[in-house]
This record gives sequence, C-alpha cells and structure tokens, in this order.
Amino acid sequence: MRIEYFQLIDRIVDLDLDGRTIRVDAQVPNESTIFEGHFPGHPLMPGVLLIEAMAQTSGWLVIAATKFERMPFLAAVKEAKLRSFVVPGQLLSITAKLMHEGSGFAMTKATVSVAGKPTCESELTLRVMPFPDPRLRANMEEVAARIGFPTEVLANG
Amino acid sequence: MMSSTFDTVANIIAETCDIPREKIQPESHAIDDLGIDSLDFLDIAFAIDKAFGIKLPLEQWTQEVNDGKATTEQYFVLKNLCARIDGLVAAKGA
Repeated sequence: MRIEYFQLIDRIVDLDLDGRTIRVDAQVPNESTIFEGHFPGHPLMPGVLLIEAMAQTSGWLVIAATKFERMPFLAAVKEAKLRSFVVPGQLLSITAKLMHEGSGFAMTKATVSVAGKPTCESELTLRVMPFPDPRLRANMEEVAARIGFPTEVLANG
Repeated sequence: MMSSTFDTVANIIAETCDIPREKIQPESHAIDDLGIDSLDFLDIAFAIDKAFGIKLPLEQWTQEVNDGKATTEQYFVLKNLCARIDGLVAAKGA
C-alpha cells in the first residue's frame, strides 16, 4: 500500500469477469505519518481510506469490465459500515461485485476482511468516463502492471 | 403501455428522491421541475434499468445535449423519458 499516494491496492488476487467479481490484497503499512495523527497512542487506518480502498477495488473491476477504455471515479457511498478497528500492519482482503453496469456509471458492493473476518462493507456508485487525460491512463497502466492486473481479460471477449 | 411505464417511473422517482408522488406528472421535467441532479438521476437510471431490463443511454443523451443536438426536454420531461423507455423495451423484444 502506498498510503501517502492514495494507491491502496497491492495485488489483484482474483478477477472473474463472468462472475463480475474481484478480490485484491492491501497491506496496511506498519508506519506512516497518517498514524501519527490518527491517532496518537492509538493508530488506526482511517475509515475514509477503507472506503477509498473499496472504491479502488471496485474501480479495477470496472476498468477490467470496460477493457481499460474507461476511468471510474467515486460518486456515491451508501450503507458504509466500519465494523472494527483496522490497525497498522494488517493485511486487508478486499472484494467487489459489479451489481450494475449502466451508461456512464456503475454500482458495486464491496467488502473488506481482515484474517477472514468481515470488517467493512459498502455500496458504491462510480461515474465511468473516457480517460480525461492520457497521462492518467498511462499512470493507471503502470499501476496495473505493478499490482498484477490480468491483461488477458482485455483480449478475451 | 405508456401509462404503466409512467406509473413505474413516477414511483421510482418518488421513492428514490423522496418526492411526493402527486408532484410527479407526465409534463414534469426531472431536472427543472423536480430538482433531480445528475447524481441522483443515476439512482433513478439504475432502478429504471433494472425494472425494464434496459440500459438508458445516458452518455449518448448527455453528449447530444452538450453538443446542442438535443434539448434536455426531449429526454427528461417524464412523458418523453417514458416514450424512450418504451422504445428501448420494444427494441429489446424485436
């Protein structure tokens, strides 16, 4: 997790376009300036970053479903639940399921688990649009290569 | 067909946006009269897509409005929206 860069996903573990699901790993770092402020003596992964991690997981699923032709942006967060604390050093297993692929938007349900225990969940709406800048697409392709985005899904029907 | 389409859409809007059902009329403009913004409209589009088994072509409509090739009235006055929905349903069955 490159937490200071808001790049929260480390590895795509499973991507099933037929089942419209994705599962990724995200390792919360042991140390970060974020934990110095949030909170002194009681470091916690901020809830908004857990929601962001679910949004990014959903985003990679949408990018795969749209064959890397569209960029998703978080637009709405519903039914977000943060059931227990997430602390430095924990490994997050994050899933997302594509509930609906509309014209220019997508809706997902996402979860975060820690050591097999459901920890967070949310329903997310993403606006989906052509990449607004070629530099963004180039960067996303670099990140995709780093996190093991299965490029074969782009070739297959 | 048209009246039941309208009833379904009006009920979706009333429920999704918490707008009194009686305020929603065939002549209502979703944006100008009912005050529904583009983000709230995504929830309506989601429910319409599900209810009718279609995919409202929102990207195409937005592009046409932005390019000056269409007016928002053509898509967002509810009787016109319902006619589009009927057309999409018919095209799906054809």
